[in-house]
Order: sequence, then C-alpha cells, then structure tokens
Amino acid sequence: MTDELLRIDDLSLRRDGRDILRHLNLTVRAGEVHALLGLNGSGKSSLAYTLMGCAGYTPDAGRIVFDGRDITALGITDRARLGITLAWQEPARFEGLPVAQYVQVGARETNRERIREALEAVALPPNVYARRVVDQTLSGGERKRVELAAVFAMRPRLAILDEPDSGIDALSLADIGALIRRMANEGTTVLLITHRDEMALAADRASLMCQGAVLWSGAPAEAQQYYGTRCRPHIEALGAQPWDEKLPEVRDALASNGKDAR
Amino acid sequence: MNTTTTSHALGATPAWTREFEAILDAYRQAGGDPNALQVPEVATLVVSANQVLVAHGIEGITFEAEELPHGVKARIVVAPNARIERTVHLCFGMLPAEGLQEIIAEYEIGAGAQVEFLAHCTFPNATKLEHRMDARMHVGAGATMKYNEAHFHGPHGGIEVRPRAQVTVDEGGQFVTTFNLTHGRAGVLEFDYTVDVAARGVAELTTKAYGVERDAITVRELIRLNGEGARSVAKTRAAVRDDATSQVLTTTEASAPGARGHMDCTEIVRGRAVARNMPVVLVRDDRAQVTHEAAIGTVNHKELETLMARGLDEDAAVDVIIRGMLR
Repeated sequence: MTDELLRIDDLSLRRDGRDILRHLNLTVRAGEVHALLGLNGSGKSSLAYTLMGCAGYTPDAGRIVFDGRDITALGITDRARLGITLAWQEPARFEGLPVAQYVQVGARETNRERIREALEAVALPPNVYARRVVDQTLSGGERKRVELAAVFAMRPRLAILDEPDSGIDALSLADIGALIRRMANEGTTVLLITHRDEMALAADRASLMCQGAVLWSGAPAEAQQYYGTRCRPHIEALGAQPWDEKLPEVRDALASNGKDAR
Repeated sequence: MNTTTTSHALGATPAWTREFEAILDAYRQAGGDPNALQVPEVATLVVSANQVLVAHGIEGITFEAEELPHGVKARIVVAPNARIERTVHLCFGMLPAEGLQEIIAEYEIGAGAQVEFLAHCTFPNATKLEHRMDARMHVGAGATMKYNEAHFHGPHGGIEVRPRAQVTVDEGGQFVTTFNLTHGRAGVLEFDYTVDVAARGVAELTTKAYGVERDAITVRELIRLNGEGARSVAKTRAAVRDDATSQVLTTTEASAPGARGHMDCTEIVRGRAVARNMPVVLVRDDRAQVTHEAAIGTVNHKELETLMARGLDEDAAVDVIIRGMLR
C-alpha cells in the first residue's frame, strides 16, 4: 500500500478575498482510507470541491496529480470518468428522481443487484427506498445514506466522502464505518473528510488540516492526539484573516504547513 | 347519435377493427395499457378522430357520445355517491398527420361520488393537426374527481393542443388534475383552466410540459376560491430548450374567510429558450391567504455538479434533472 493515487502539490485557492487553501500538500495512497481531520472552517470541504473540479474552485496555484496524471485543468465530468467522485456533505435534492435511478447514475453495473446491494450497504431496505424520490421527503440522514449508496454503487477509484457521518444518528455511525471499510475492500481509495477524531480512527492514515493547510500526516491514533494539541494553537496563532506575515508567530505557523504531510 | 359500442361488440367491421387496433397501438406508445381498454369492469371511452370506437359504461357511470364533423361531443355522468373503484380510461387520438379533433365534453360528478379518470391523448403522426378540448366539469358536493391527462405527440411538432376547462367544485368537493405533455414534441400548447371552488372545496392542478425547437407552451389557470375554507394548489413544471417558449399565467383569487391558495412554478431554460411566469394574487378577505413561489432559469447548479461528479456530461445531467422534474 505504498503507491500514491492522489498527490496535491502546493495547492492554493483564494475566494472572495480570503485564502481558503494555502500551499496545501497531501498524498493519498492507493487502497487506503485516509482521514482528513480538521475543525469547522479549516477548508476541508473547499478542498473536496477543488479536487472534484467544481465551478468556482479552480486553484490559483499548485497542482493535483491523480494516478500520475496532472488533472488540475480537467473538468468535473472528466475527473469523474477517471474514477474520482464526491459524496457531498449536504447532498442536493432532486425533484421526481427515484432513489434507484439516482444510485444507478454513475454505477458501472446497470443491474438491479448492485442497486440493491448499495442500498443494503447503507441500511436502507431496497423494497422501501428504491422508489422513494430523492427530494425533500427524505430526511437529512436518509439523504446522506442515499448519497453514500450512490458512491458505493459507482465503485470509484477515489471516493471523497465529505463529513459522511454528519446528520447520521449515533447508533448508525458503525454502519458508516463498515461501509467505508467495505468500499476499501472493493478497491476504492477513500479520502474521509471529518471533524470528528473518533471517525478518523476508522482510517489507515490521517492528516490534520488547519486554516487551509495540511499540518501533519500519520497514524490515526496520533492524529487524534495532535488534533487538540496542534490544530487549536495553530489557529490561535494565525488569528483571523488577512494574516499579517510580519508577525513571527504567523510566519512560524505558516512555515509549519505541510512539513509532515507526506 | 348516441353510441353504446363496446370493444366486445360482435360483427365489428374490418375498418373498425383496424382503426381500433391502430389507436390501441398509439395508446401503448403514449404509455397507456391497451389491455385496460378491453376489460369489461373498466369504464372506457375511445375516440379516434370523430369516431367513437368504444363507449363502455359500468354501474355508476354512463357515457353519451355523439359524433360531430370534426370530433365528438361526450357527456360523462357519475351517479351520486357512486364509488368507481377502477380508473376510468379515456383515449382520444387521431392517426392522420393533418386535421382537427374537437372534443366537447361534459363531466357531471354526482354529490358524494368518487372517480378517477386517466385520459391519454395520442397524435403520433401529427404534422399539421389541431386538438381542442372544451370541457365543463362539475364536481358535486363532497365528491372527488381525479382527472389525469397525458399526451403523446410524436416527433414532428406540427400539432396545436388547446385544452380548455371550466370546472366547478361544490361544497366539500375535491378536484385533482394533472396534465402531462412530456413525450414527443409539445408543438403549440394552450392550456386554459378556470376553477371555481365553493366552501371547503379543494382544487389541485399540476401541469407539466417539455418544449424543444420552436414549441410554444402557455399555461393559463384561474382559480377562484369563493367559499369559506376553500383551498387550492397550482403547480407548474416546464422545461424549454432551443427556441422554445413557455409562459405560465396563474391567477388565484381568494374571496372568503379561511381560503388558502398556493402557486408553485418551476421553469427550466436552456439555450435560446425563453420562459415567463406571471402569477397574479388577488385576495378580497383579510382572513384569506395566497402564496406563490417560482424558480425560473437554469438548472440548480449543485444538482448539476452532483450528477457530473458521477460521470455524466452536462447535457446528460440536465436531461436527468428535467426528466425527474417532469415525471
């Protein structure tokens, strides 16, 4: 498990006058579940949208390399066809679109068996949910599960799961953990974005993200330790944007970005 | 001429048989189930151009149909308190490419009755054809009438469809209708319904249409909530692309205490197409309320990117979104 599938080099993104991603470096190895752990507002979701190629998230600097190919300039569809997909933190609702059809959209197999398997994998009984509509009639938790089922059905090479546990009741968190492991067992590399350190324990490796940069990568248990001891001081040192890089504590904090992110 | 022909009529002429089979085939293309038109327990009216091929009533519902030079005049009566368990099937079609079909229809739903109609209108070969429906519908006190109309027009676009209805809903009655023109070319659609709702009556209107090339869609609805506690929902979904146009002109008037109305319009525009929504709200009582919501323009960006992140290109993603909305 040493081959890198995704490599992010010196990635920066500025939106609405704010630095969202700042010289971010990260490597995700093929076949691993890699947790990206960070507090609210640290830029995790922005990184997900940038990796997926969403509109308005074209990086100002740096590059994204997927399986040895620079994909920085590729559009969202092309990236998806290379095998990258995203499970959104707050998934869109679709008027009139049945769950089964939604789950099938990106699936390689068009048979009903894969749809059934995907819904069962997220603990949604297919006979109850296949004909439901992916609209406001689904609860937030149900919608999240359908989103995960759609990603599972697709068998992507890289699944970016943005806060897959948010909106899921505590009793079902184990289901989500099991699903992530099952995806990995099927050959999908998972970038698991979360702000919950206990969720990161389901990963093979973890990285810490603060203020638009990855500070550290390593074992999930260590990430859990660092989460409290390193992220918060880092944020406090940086303070609110715009950052004044003349201040030594800000310079030091920024200089530490990405040092241990490989 | 009163017609009581049934699909089981003995001695049917070869010409009748050919016409009936052709219209069944068109009905199938429109999404209908031809078998349903031949079940004795199902009330059925089948009209091809100006020929009444089947007018099959059952207990509680009668058809009177008269052939006109360019269409049919029909009177459909549901007896008071009748419960028509199985959906009543209506099939209006015209197989030639050109011509006029005019349906003059009167629906009389007796007090306390319950009935659901499924009307399929099939014009698979139309290149220069006009279909007019001029209907009067009376929903008696406490009665429920559901009227679902689906069109199939074929690929040519040379069709003009003008469904007009004057609907009266008596006290406590319910009128629920859906109109769907999403298969084949819309051509020119001028949908025009006026509904008067008495006390505690309910009117629900859902209209869906998809226009391409130079199709022109107009949905005009006037709902008058005349009685205390009358309620209505007018929901319109339209998608237009190329040089097509859509305009939705919905008026809801609330003139009595506790009347509640809502209008909900979504129109998706692609290419050079143009969409217009002009809701009119008129409230004459300070205890009534009418609301409206509208979204006109491009598809929702997040929906689009979600589907593209599964590997669909933009056009395919838009198609999935539109088809869902119009389902």
